[in-house]
Amino acid sequence: MVKLTDSEKAMVDGREGPGRQKAMELLVRYAEALGAERFVDTDNVCGYVVSTRGYRSDIGDLDAVFSSFSLDSTETVKIPPVKCFSSQNQLAWDPEHIQELGLSREIYDFHRENERFISGLGVQLLCTCAPYLAGNLPIKGEHCAWMESSAIAFINAVIGARTNVEGSQSAAASMLTGKTPYWGLHLDENRAGSHLIRVECDVDSMTDWGLLGYYAGKMVGSGIPVFEGLRSRPDADKLKHLSAAAASSGGVEMYHIPGITPEAASVSDAFKGRKPADTFVFGEREKLEAYQRLNGSGRDRHVDLVVIGCPHASIKQIWQVARLLEGKRIANGTAFWVFTARSMKAVADRNGYSKIISEAGGVVMCDGCPAMGLLVPKGTRVVATDSAKQAHYLPQMLNIEGWFGSLEDCINAAITGQWGGELR
Amino acid sequence: MKTIVLHGRRVVGGYAEGEALVTRDLISGWGGTNPTEGTIIERGHELYGKSYTGKVLVFRGAKGSSGWSSMFHIARLSGKGPKAMIFKEMTTKAALGAVVSRVPAVTDLDQDPLQIIRTGDWVKVDGDKGIVEVTRRE
Repeated sequence: MVKLTDSEKAMVDGREGPGRQKAMELLVRYAEALGAERFVDTDNVCGYVVSTRGYRSDIGDLDAVFSSFSLDSTETVKIPPVKCFSSQNQLAWDPEHIQELGLSREIYDFHRENERFISGLGVQLLCTCAPYLAGNLPIKGEHCAWMESSAIAFINAVIGARTNVEGSQSAAASMLTGKTPYWGLHLDENRAGSHLIRVECDVDSMTDWGLLGYYAGKMVGSGIPVFEGLRSRPDADKLKHLSAAAASSGGVEMYHIPGITPEAASVSDAFKGRKPADTFVFGEREKLEAYQRLNGSGRDRHVDLVVIGCPHASIKQIWQVARLLEGKRIANGTAFWVFTARSMKAVADRNGYSKIISEAGGVVMCDGCPAMGLLVPKGTRVVATDSAKQAHYLPQMLNIEGWFGSLEDCINAAITGQWGGELR
Repeated sequence: MKTIVLHGRRVVGGYAEGEALVTRDLISGWGGTNPTEGTIIERGHELYGKSYTGKVLVFRGAKGSSGWSSMFHIARLSGKGPKAMIFKEMTTKAALGAVVSRVPAVTDLDQDPLQIIRTGDWVKVDGDKGIVEVTRRE
């Protein structure tokens, strides 16, 4: 049984109103399912609380939508303001591009009202899968309650913050209570490496780092991989890609790159004196296999849509896109979409990158992505992307073909309308 | 008729019985299932195209997106959820997914459920006591 403090009991007993009561009840059900013994305070929650499902007419007002989808409460309760620093993760789609996305005015109006409701509770509308780029940067050791698998792996591994993978309901409940189960990655002993990945080939480009993550996730499942033998130093974008890939093919929430990530100076440090459950080698053959798996659905080389920015593109990545696209023209019949956070787009606008991309025939979109919204241009059969995560999910979710490759391969596909990518 | 009894730990209380659907693969909730149809849609998955609706879902664990629980939440609200859950690897995704599915769920069993239970077996799940009773399909 989970032990409650007096303040937690007060919430369960309804002394802070029915909204916090339902939130605390959900957290207790969740903590007991986990086998957690207590809760820990958190002042940093990221979750998906702007609902894209359930129109008011079906469910009731926005308190009813939140009660049902975000707190799993059968009863509708009045939702109080959040108790701690809380951010909205990515949305399904960009409300400023409803025409390209084929969305109705009715859906748009509901969405805007929903946004106002959520920001009225005190939730920051960062609306991104990379909150650490856009205004929510946790620090080492900070207890967080985050959603978004790629961001979770990133802040645990790269920053050394502590979060489990939360879901919509637990994140919403943490926002309203400032509590999260003290379980899993909140505890020191659960942050040690479980599997060794010995790297025996060059891992250098963005594509390489994504392929390494995709391989690692498949091999370790929900384990904690420790990468040994990497010769080049990654930047934040490469680790963002690795995090997203490993959390797609597997359930990686934490990893160590000794000497680079903050919780391990050496391989033995990463394992905290334990032995790896298994050792895997990532060589040229494994790299090629991961590449082929990600391209497994690709048949037709005519590309209808190119997707860049999964997880949401950093300003560095948008700069790279603008440099490659400057003065070029995207092929007729091919759409080119770059996804980022709205704060990043503001900088891209200011720097002239958005203009370069739109003059070439592309669009910079914020807040969402095709996989979140299940939205692609009408008639899209083939998509190309530089993201292992998007290449993993999009073909199966939309029953289309997918190509995965480098940013350069994707830009070439956009300009020629044809996929010519290969593993270099 | 041969029955086998497994003992484990309650994840979610309650009692249900039904036909088992078993997979050694991890399940990706968001992106790997279609919650309004109650099906597994991940390409290459052992259960690709199969429906978990009304089944006792026996699986290794959860992977992928943090939207895992929402997909099983929507499946429940759509009347397409599983009848019970039995899993091996405890993660926050699987725990929260079981909680919002509001079906009996059990983990930490004394024998490997993926070795003992086969698809089609009749399985009784007592979530409160953490007991699973398996009857082989003839």
